[in-house]
Amino acid sequence: MSDQKSKIAKQFMEAIPHSRALGMRLTHVSEGRADIEMDYDARFIGDPETGVIHGGAISALMDTCCGAAAMSHPASPGGTATIDLRIDYMRPATPGQMIRAHAECYHITRSVAFVRARATDDDDTLPVATATGTFTVEGK
Amino acid sequence: MARPRPEPVQVIKQRRDAALNALVQGVPYIRFLGVAFDRRGDELTAIMPYDDKLIGNPLLPALHGGATAAFLEITAIIGLSWGMLWEEIESGAFDPEAIVGGALPRLPKTIDFTVDYLRSGLPRDAYARAQVNRSGRRYASVHVEAWQDNRGRPFAQATGHFLMPRRDG
Repeated sequence: MSDQKSKIAKQFMEAIPHSRALGMRLTHVSEGRADIEMDYDARFIGDPETGVIHGGAISALMDTCCGAAAMSHPASPGGTATIDLRIDYMRPATPGQMIRAHAECYHITRSVAFVRARATDDDDTLPVATATGTFTVEGK
Repeated sequence: MARPRPEPVQVIKQRRDAALNALVQGVPYIRFLGVAFDRRGDELTAIMPYDDKLIGNPLLPALHGGATAAFLEITAIIGLSWGMLWEEIESGAFDPEAIVGGALPRLPKTIDFTVDYLRSGLPRDAYARAQVNRSGRRYASVHVEAWQDNRGRPFAQATGHFLMPRRDG
């Protein structure tokens, strides 16, 4: 049952045009947790001087990862939309390195899912960014 | 003292547009999303033309929250940089030929960014404007609003804090 939902979530993620355009890969999703990775790409640069990825690309990764975590929660009927998402940028991501996001839906009610996430590059001791968000809980 | 003759309008427009163009075209991610800016005096309106790759929910369909967030963040950063650059261009302290020639000014860095999704983004063009609420030597606070068909019905808004680039070393 839960495996079935994970499979649906995975297929759904791969069917998201924007996530596909950014080359995101869902590596794990179940029980309100999700992991997504995104390769470094010169087209995603936000600071041409340093080659650091644009915050907007990190936002897209965080939003997708948080949404997947919310959808995969056992209490979620399946659908979701972002209500609000806050991202804190701790440090610039190292150019050339893949970014991995891990999100966790830590509380869910009949109408709202509360999610937090962190993104790291090769050095996972200090995150590149953290996020907290609220998502709607909807039927499919 | 005689007032100096104002410059011809075309010279001023060409200089401002060239500076804006260089600022925007220098950032790969802005080009990737296809975001452009419309200038009226010093007021900027960002435009994100609809593209299939911006979709997040193909069933509705609706724009991806990440595309909307990036659009708002781009609008905030360019708006903030433009405000900083504008005074320097107009006072003559800044040489716009330098950015046109490729020497881009350092951009503000995002400290945090909070997006409020008010309604789902429709599969059509989106517009946004930034308002710099505070811009100090080190920190700035910017509010951005994005809309589609109706200016009075924004589909997303955001507030972000930015670290200003260091000036003159």
